[in-house]
Amino acid sequence: MADNRIKDKSCCGGRDWEEFYRNRWQYDKVVRSTHGVNCTGGCSWMVHVKDGIVGWELQANDYPQLSGDIPNHEPRGCPRGISYSWYLYSPLRVKYPYLRGALLDRWQEARAQHDDPVAAWASIVENPDKRASYTSQRGMGGFRRADWETVVELIAASTVYTSKKHGPDRIIGFTPIPAMSMISYAAGTRFLQLLGGVCMSFYDWYCDLPPASPQVWGEQTDVCESADWYNASYIVLCGANLPQTRTPDSHFMTEARYRGAKVVVMSPDLNIASKFADTWLPVEQGHDGAFWMALNHVLLKEFYVDRQVPFFEDYARRYTDLPFLVKLEQRDGIWQAGEHLRASELERSAGMEQGEWILCVSDRDGAIRIPKGSLGMRWDSKPGNWNLDMTDVLDDQPIDCALSLLGDRATSVCFRYEGEQDALREVPCRSIKTVNGEVLVTTVFDLLLAQFGVSRGLGGDYPASYDDDKPFTPAWQEKHTGVGRETLLQIAREWGENGEKSTGRNMVITGAGVNHWYHNDLIYRSFITALLLTGSVGRNGGGMAHYVGQEKVVPLAPWTAVAMAQDWVKPSRLQNTPSFWYIHSDQWRYDRNFTDYFKPETGENIPAHAADVNAKAVRLGWLPFAPHFNDSPLRLMQQAHEAGATDDAAVRAWLVKRLQSGETRFAIEDPDAPENFPRLWFIWRSNAISASAKGHEYFLKHVLGAPNSTVTASEVAKDQVTELVWRDKAPEGKMDLIVDLNFRMDTSTVYSDIILPAATWYEKSDVNTTDMHSFVNCMDAAVPPSWESKADWKIFSMIAKKVSELSAPHFPEPFKDIIAAPLLHDTPGEIAQRRVKDWKQGECEPIPGKTMPNLAIVERDYVNLYNRFMSLGPNIAHLGAHGVNWDADDVHADLLNRLPTRSWGGKTYIDLEDERNVADTLLAFAPETNGELAVRAYQNMEARIGKPLAHLAEGSRNVRISWDDITRQPRRFHNSPVWSGLVDGGRPYSPYVLNVEHGVPWRTLSGRQSLYLDHPWYTSFNEGLPTFKGKLPAAVLDELQEGAQDGLVLNFLTPHGKWGIHSTYTDNLRMLTLSRGGQVVWLNHEDAAQACIEDNEGVELINNNGVVVCKAIVSSRIPKGSVFMYHAPERTINIKKSRKTGKKGGVHNSLARIRLKPTLMLGGYAQFSYYFNYWGPTGVNRDCYVVVRKLRG
Amino acid sequence: MNVRSQLVMVFNLDKCIGCHTCSIACKNIWTDRQGAEYMWWNNVETKPGIGYPKNWEDQEHYKGGWINDGGELRLKGLGKGPTLLNMFFQPNMPAITDYYEPFDVDYANLHGAPKGDDQPTADIVSQISGQKMEEVTSGPNWDDDLSGSGQYAANDPNLADASIIEDYGRIFMQYLPRLCNHCLNPACAASCPSRAIYKRGEDGVVLVDQNICKGWRFCTSACPYKKVYYNWTTGKAEKCIFCFPRTETGQCNACSHSCVGRIRYLGVLLYDADGVEQALKQPDDKLVEAQRALILDPHDPAVQQAARKNNIPDHWLDAACNSPAYTLVKEQGMALPLHAEFRTMPMAYYIPSLSPVIAKHGDLHEVAKHGLIPALEQLRVPLDYLASLLGGGNQQVVAQSLAKLIALRVWMRAKNLGETADPALLAEAGLDETSATKLYRLFTVASYRERSIIPAQQRESEQPYLRKGGRGFGVLKTPRGGV
Repeated sequence: MADNRIKDKSCCGGRDWEEFYRNRWQYDKVVRSTHGVNCTGGCSWMVHVKDGIVGWELQANDYPQLSGDIPNHEPRGCPRGISYSWYLYSPLRVKYPYLRGALLDRWQEARAQHDDPVAAWASIVENPDKRASYTSQRGMGGFRRADWETVVELIAASTVYTSKKHGPDRIIGFTPIPAMSMISYAAGTRFLQLLGGVCMSFYDWYCDLPPASPQVWGEQTDVCESADWYNASYIVLCGANLPQTRTPDSHFMTEARYRGAKVVVMSPDLNIASKFADTWLPVEQGHDGAFWMALNHVLLKEFYVDRQVPFFEDYARRYTDLPFLVKLEQRDGIWQAGEHLRASELERSAGMEQGEWILCVSDRDGAIRIPKGSLGMRWDSKPGNWNLDMTDVLDDQPIDCALSLLGDRATSVCFRYEGEQDALREVPCRSIKTVNGEVLVTTVFDLLLAQFGVSRGLGGDYPASYDDDKPFTPAWQEKHTGVGRETLLQIAREWGENGEKSTGRNMVITGAGVNHWYHNDLIYRSFITALLLTGSVGRNGGGMAHYVGQEKVVPLAPWTAVAMAQDWVKPSRLQNTPSFWYIHSDQWRYDRNFTDYFKPETGENIPAHAADVNAKAVRLGWLPFAPHFNDSPLRLMQQAHEAGATDDAAVRAWLVKRLQSGETRFAIEDPDAPENFPRLWFIWRSNAISASAKGHEYFLKHVLGAPNSTVTASEVAKDQVTELVWRDKAPEGKMDLIVDLNFRMDTSTVYSDIILPAATWYEKSDVNTTDMHSFVNCMDAAVPPSWESKADWKIFSMIAKKVSELSAPHFPEPFKDIIAAPLLHDTPGEIAQRRVKDWKQGECEPIPGKTMPNLAIVERDYVNLYNRFMSLGPNIAHLGAHGVNWDADDVHADLLNRLPTRSWGGKTYIDLEDERNVADTLLAFAPETNGELAVRAYQNMEARIGKPLAHLAEGSRNVRISWDDITRQPRRFHNSPVWSGLVDGGRPYSPYVLNVEHGVPWRTLSGRQSLYLDHPWYTSFNEGLPTFKGKLPAAVLDELQEGAQDGLVLNFLTPHGKWGIHSTYTDNLRMLTLSRGGQVVWLNHEDAAQACIEDNEGVELINNNGVVVCKAIVSSRIPKGSVFMYHAPERTINIKKSRKTGKKGGVHNSLARIRLKPTLMLGGYAQFSYYFNYWGPTGVNRDCYVVVRKLRG
Repeated sequence: MNVRSQLVMVFNLDKCIGCHTCSIACKNIWTDRQGAEYMWWNNVETKPGIGYPKNWEDQEHYKGGWINDGGELRLKGLGKGPTLLNMFFQPNMPAITDYYEPFDVDYANLHGAPKGDDQPTADIVSQISGQKMEEVTSGPNWDDDLSGSGQYAANDPNLADASIIEDYGRIFMQYLPRLCNHCLNPACAASCPSRAIYKRGEDGVVLVDQNICKGWRFCTSACPYKKVYYNWTTGKAEKCIFCFPRTETGQCNACSHSCVGRIRYLGVLLYDADGVEQALKQPDDKLVEAQRALILDPHDPAVQQAARKNNIPDHWLDAACNSPAYTLVKEQGMALPLHAEFRTMPMAYYIPSLSPVIAKHGDLHEVAKHGLIPALEQLRVPLDYLASLLGGGNQQVVAQSLAKLIALRVWMRAKNLGETADPALLAEAGLDETSATKLYRLFTVASYRERSIIPAQQRESEQPYLRKGGRGFGVLKTPRGGV
């Protein structure tokens, strides 16, 4: 025993040296900030500054506790976040503005010849050689340092030139996920919207939007905060690796286990989450849906048929569309499920306002009744009936509604399943009289039982038992999932029993692992069904917790106003990015008709190529598209005036005529024509050319014209597209200029023309919110921006100022611009198209806002663009979001006294120069942070739904949160009708409790949660009811080259990684050190052995989309048949040359490209109505195959 | 009774998510400087795996720690001969290759590269030689999440049956965060020829005096956990200092502060220093219990009296009474020392982790029949594996701990669902409602200041009146001419 080595306190001397370490633990100040990265963590961090230098960060641990029953939030954070301080002073930092050398040369030459910078820019881009001199060097090095004055002038000149020459809708900006740093996001979008530029969506593009959410709930995504996991008593992780990707939140899951929650993890690999599983189910990747379909089969049989659970049935009647009536339709002598019966079809209600959008149920006596809450009642002239009361809207009598029509009559109905025989199954039904004669109706519930093969003694092709291999039995799922039927049965029974005992505290935590497949909406609907059948949605501790790329800009309404400059101009020019890049990066040229892998039944007039459907969707007002037309909207405006159109209505009429005649065309119909190229691209807060470029190599080739693209795919669309013009030579290098604001040299900066040094997250002020928790956090400057960097808000204001200056000769007066905007969700546009009718095919008249896009005419004022940017505009006092509105003139008046102001044009405005004032503006105008406005917003909603709500905000009426508050401590937001959860009384946020507890309808056709989608396109694809469709087969994807089958062909999976948040941090030395020092893929040990690949050996991954070169990790925790490349690396760190191409290998997105699912392009039909990041096709990328081989030898 | 006070860290491995936030918190503050690049005072290892430095648990190779040599405790790595003969040669010391070659990246090339015919990338550069490295071949977390499982996980010395690694029905994965154990019988201190290493009387923290250390590196060899490192710039040994500048001001260690999984607990343990030597002479499988027996009940008046005699202040005794470490280590016996058989008597303790149920994995995956919350026998992780890590080979102490976790969950589930919770269930696992409630609270809703109860140090003996005015003006190094 080394007793004599113990130095007691009394031990004299020899301890002074300890100050060596004490001196390190000293600092001058601590500043609260956060990380503006796309992770939804929203963690509060204390940044320690010593000698004016950021030394380190540690988590804040002063989150207010929600309640004594829920674990606290501290210390939120993760290994990525805590390594952020490394970036500030690292050699990876962008310290100065840079331009590609050739561009700087051209610019200096041009400026020597032209006094007007706009003319100088024209002289470069209008000369093909000069233009090519820099565009052809994209990604090939040769940057030169420049000064701010030069780059800002060049960018502004290019902006003015592009707007004047091509139209402002050729100027685009990409930045994702505002919630993480919403003012930085707003910097560029505010500039673009004042200009008339295009803001690009991200949530759908990332394939993080779960389309099943709008399908079922009419809601983009609404999820519980992670603290609510703690209330769950049965948790299934399906496609979500919480410890890896929700690191700060996962303790709520591990802690829920001690409260007795069971945790089931469905994951093909033994991932970190499975460490916490009670049961780990290595379900075949992409086939989780099959497991859930069979689980639902068991649930329906054992908890609805063999035995009834009152709680479940009551829930089904009140909150789902299960009791709603569906017409059976006969086609070719075969009955199948058709549309919902509408009030307009019944004599009793034939004259009802919006009767085509009002649905019916049957009561238990067989009478057809019309409950309140259908979407038609949201938009009729008599408010007060749009609610969830099961009361007949005509006579106000309660309805004792029937779930099932099981009784005397049943009809054999055809159910079609992918890869299986059609099944004729008897379904209970009844014949009723309508204004169009007798029709057969049944309920959604009856259809659902038949769809799942639960017979109730009915005849037809029902499975005989659980062991009968027919859809959707436990035996049937085995071949899709690899999970045994006994295991499925056990989980299904546990699921049902837990739902019953806990009254709906069943939770599915899900994410990218399942959402990135082509048929993700079906997978989601399969487990949403399991949740709805157990009454688990709209309850604390229950529901679908979808966590991937989801975001929550808590002060949504004022933020939208500021970010989209709607305080000055409405509407905004917004673009769904999947459609945009599918078309503009020419990926559509390589895609074959989707009917080869996603086959509709005949009968509906659905084009066979996704690009054709998209073109139709644009023309029918379902989806936006930029540029709008094959000419500048500014020039069209001018031409309309010249043609005698004096007012806006006349301009619209003139344009409709031109579109009808084909004289003017939608740009999407000829995207490869130079007049339809996007020209100028602003990138900030993102890695748009790499981590966010699905089909990266197609971007390099067609958008950038970079010489190292490795695309080898064939242009199979050539003889298949009918709506788009085919040009034999695909364009290369569409963009005139790419500008990237960044703090680090990532792949996108390497490929951009101009790099602007951006301030880091410890060098600027911003507001941060998330849906993982209910606090509002600050990002704040611990130190000033280092070197020559500047905050995004500052950079875009500098560009705006220069644009205003340069506009004086080019746009001296305000002028008009035309915006082609789609039919929007939460507006009457969502009931615009009862039937799909195409005006171009003569099926109806072209009517803007009804059968085609809205054609909005707005005014731009470039000379005052900077003034407007810096001033809070007049529309701010009248705000709304998600269809809820409120007035705030008094708040505006008060704020004009509190905050600095700026005067111009004879008026005084709130000055937005300082981001902290922008923050105070957002917080003042939001019901979530200003309780008085919440009361007003609830009052507004009360009127529409006819139920009391304002009391929900009474408790917080006098509470207002300010910027100074959130710099002191994270502050919790309040109840607000903009969101469907409630947070009063220390309750964790859980979605849809407002609906379940207060009778507010979901924004769907029935007003209820939709298990049945009755749009004829869904019927055509046999997706009206929940169903299962597997992964797309490699053979129809055209991704593997000839002879590939001889190599090691693997399913290429890109889950979110451990050592980065997307690509951020993956290049951070801390992360590189703790991982394998660069890009890697994970291979199963047996697969690796087959290709003689050893651990840490160099490998090459190839397919027709591109090439990746990296190292292999060989591990038995990876399932055979797949290769994992954790999303998202950078192609910048130690990348070797490819054997195939002789050039340096690419990045994960080099191997992927997107395919758009046409059923997600619908519009103008209830919940299938567009909104930004809300509805539309998503950028699926999981159905992808590659060949893996050794790099050497 | 020679009562000593020790600050102790307890890790609930059942909650550890393997995120490594702790490691970086430590790195940022303490080892982000030249000579310390390769040091990770706190690191996290995937188990099964071989860890950092590679195979550190293999004392047949490294010869760290102590052995019971015929009733005498002796450092395993030192022969019976005089230390002097071995002064200039450390045959058992890990080489840099056993840790890893720290590297940097030539990031500046990404904006600085001249125009070329291919995309510029950033090469890897050694932080030791400054030379370009073709490839990174090792790191401080090289076998993370079963990377290279056939080479690393399969060679975990605790694993009796390596075939488990390739069996999808049985494979498992857990994490082991590690730092200096601030042992009661520190081999590092015992081995130091310069007597530079000491254990602080007030809190038990083991430190290397940076003035006295001569860089002989005996400590590096002697520590069986390989938690003393050699700083090649200063030529001195450095190790985890238990964040004493933070703990002595009542703040918890940076690693613990940053622990996102909320797995760490900090508190005072009182122990009888006179019993350490005898306890360490027990056979391997008795060591855990012997070590536990040394921990004294802070509520016992006799212990308190003896503690006061040893100058342990009252607020330290109060902290000892409220110590979550006492609850977890002694009272409930949930937390176990890592490799007690190394006989340094480590003062970091670990609650073993549950795991999913085993399965048959052939064409189909069929999990073993189990109740809603699986019982001990159905768990994937083999008991002998955990016993090798945390029980000195004694499976029973590990099983007891796991059984309590399971019983707690079953009992709480019943309460959660409004059912009658059967106290007999708890009793079988050695719990009662009070202790179960206490454990439940510690594992879940216990807040920051409940998970870490750290008494600050009093400084009256350090001339506080003078220091108050002179603090920061240099005590260690007074400027020429004085302050």
